[in-house]
Amino acid sequence: MSSMALKLLKPFGLTDKLNLAALIKALVVPMTGILIFLFIWNIGARNIHTSLGEFPGPAQVYEQSKNLLAEHNRERQKEAAFYQRQDDRNAKKLAKNPDAEIKVRAYTGKATFIDQIGTSLVTVLAGFFAASLIAIPAGIVIGLNKTLYSAFNPVIQLFKPVSPLAWLPLVTMVVSALYVSDDPMFAKSFVTSLITVSLCCLWPTLLNTAVGVSSISADLNNVSKVLRLSWLTHVIKIVIPSAIPMIFTGLRLSLGIAWMVLIAAEMLAQNPGLGKFVWDEFQNGSSNSLGRIMVAVIVIGLIGFMLDRIMLMLQKKVSWDKTQELR
Amino acid sequence: MTAKTHLELTGVDIDFPTPSGPFKALSNVNLKIERGEFVSLIGHSGCGKSTVLNIVAGLYQATKGGILLDGKEVNEPGPERAVVFQNHSLLPWLTAYENVELAVKQVFKNSKSKAEMKEWIEHNLQLVHMDHAMHKRPDEISGGMKQRVGIARALAMEPTVMLMDEPFGALDALTRAHLQDSLMEIQADLNNTVIMITHDVDEAVLLSDRIVMMTNGPAATVGEILEVNLERPRHRLELADDAQYNHYRAAVLSFLYEKQRQPGEEVKVSALSEKKTESDKQAQNLQDTEQSSAEQNSEEAA
Repeated sequence: MSSMALKLLKPFGLTDKLNLAALIKALVVPMTGILIFLFIWNIGARNIHTSLGEFPGPAQVYEQSKNLLAEHNRERQKEAAFYQRQDDRNAKKLAKNPDAEIKVRAYTGKATFIDQIGTSLVTVLAGFFAASLIAIPAGIVIGLNKTLYSAFNPVIQLFKPVSPLAWLPLVTMVVSALYVSDDPMFAKSFVTSLITVSLCCLWPTLLNTAVGVSSISADLNNVSKVLRLSWLTHVIKIVIPSAIPMIFTGLRLSLGIAWMVLIAAEMLAQNPGLGKFVWDEFQNGSSNSLGRIMVAVIVIGLIGFMLDRIMLMLQKKVSWDKTQELR
Repeated sequence: MTAKTHLELTGVDIDFPTPSGPFKALSNVNLKIERGEFVSLIGHSGCGKSTVLNIVAGLYQATKGGILLDGKEVNEPGPERAVVFQNHSLLPWLTAYENVELAVKQVFKNSKSKAEMKEWIEHNLQLVHMDHAMHKRPDEISGGMKQRVGIARALAMEPTVMLMDEPFGALDALTRAHLQDSLMEIQADLNNTVIMITHDVDEAVLLSDRIVMMTNGPAATVGEILEVNLERPRHRLELADDAQYNHYRAAVLSFLYEKQRQPGEEVKVSALSEKKTESDKQAQNLQDTEQSSAEQNSEEAA
């Protein structure tokens, strides 16, 4: 390895001779894997012909991702120009007549790919938090009480495998019936997506929390009894810390499901987001569509991966057992 | 010592429900313990020693009979009967200090100020010689140190009775000896009432004022009680050649091997009471058989 490369790697603690093997393991091997995948993808794509042209290979996908970014930037410029014009117009009006009524309108351009990513991320996080807020406390209560567990377990098992697509029509109808407001804080589509996501990603957290809570060691329970800890202190000091690993296992499963469910829900319900982007491109049917959908596929994958890594980092931070290997 | 009995177990029976009907683990256990007394419970595995301790702790309910502590009936767990568990049972996410703090906050929340609590926690950790590592978590300290913290936690509750369930059973011989010495010092200082379960004949004789030997289960009960009238402070090296001490050891061993031999167990007991060296080996054997039979007698733990 050249001295230049060594200098570059210094901040990562990878300069030691010993770490060279680790470096190869950490970088070279995964890179090789990715290269092999790109090669197979490229060959495979050239041999698949659809009515919309050749299946997009890595090159087209790269091209389309640049296009999507450029479209986004153009749209932003248009938006900035629109607000600039509006402000100028209003300023002129006010200069003529200080009491003049001025109108401020929001820009109504079409949502770009980047905007859709933002919408999807906000929706998935909101849905996931809503689900966690219900699932963790419910899991603790159910886990601590055998009778409640037996009572609710059949219901949980029944709803756990239900697909989001089955819930979606019901949720849509219920939201339109109940969420009636002249000036809604959230768009109806947002609420529908959020509830669908929550309904589907509730279960892993709920079950894992319940299992984690019910498998606390009998000795720790005895300590709590001897100390006569109140129910709340018992939960905070003993139950939650010892169930933390299981709770996080559940949360990570839930977030993964939430992300998958959201894309499907957006696609079917035409709610704004990445799912809608994919569906729109499919309906659009231009020669670029497949490439643009493939960009979305990769972005969806990357975001899902990043969300899981963030949860893992959180778990490492919160976990008391630093020796436990987390992956 | 008051005329009234400090701790009294009267006619204690306990049945555990099993699929094939109730299992009688203890039958008519009677025991009186004075304030400041150090009592060991010894017996073969599965004879219900831990069950007795758990009933006194209030973690189990006696089916018949009951327990009086200073004239009051015991029927739930409480910090005045602190327990030192065999496997330390420290909360792994808290440091040694925080583990003791949890107990201290619970017991003294209305009677001690923050500063007093801090001092009291540190004092108790000093008692067990753990002040140098009090901000370490259980996974960062050795087994013996964990057990010391467990004892500090129990002591910090200022218990009327301290219950110790094989506190040194999982430790190596040297660490065990150190902790036994520490415990004797603390006991001499604080004069706590202690009930300790042990498998170790030497430990029982060295530490106890009285040794309660239990018969084998099912329906186990108190077999014999041996008064140990050795002067305190006791030193293990001096006692090793003490005739009185060896007499006590032999008495316990002969109870365990001759009178309460486990069914189907073949043990040579001929030369037991004559030869000291022989009884040394026996003591070792006892511990081995104890461990091997621990699993088959796990009903009482359930």
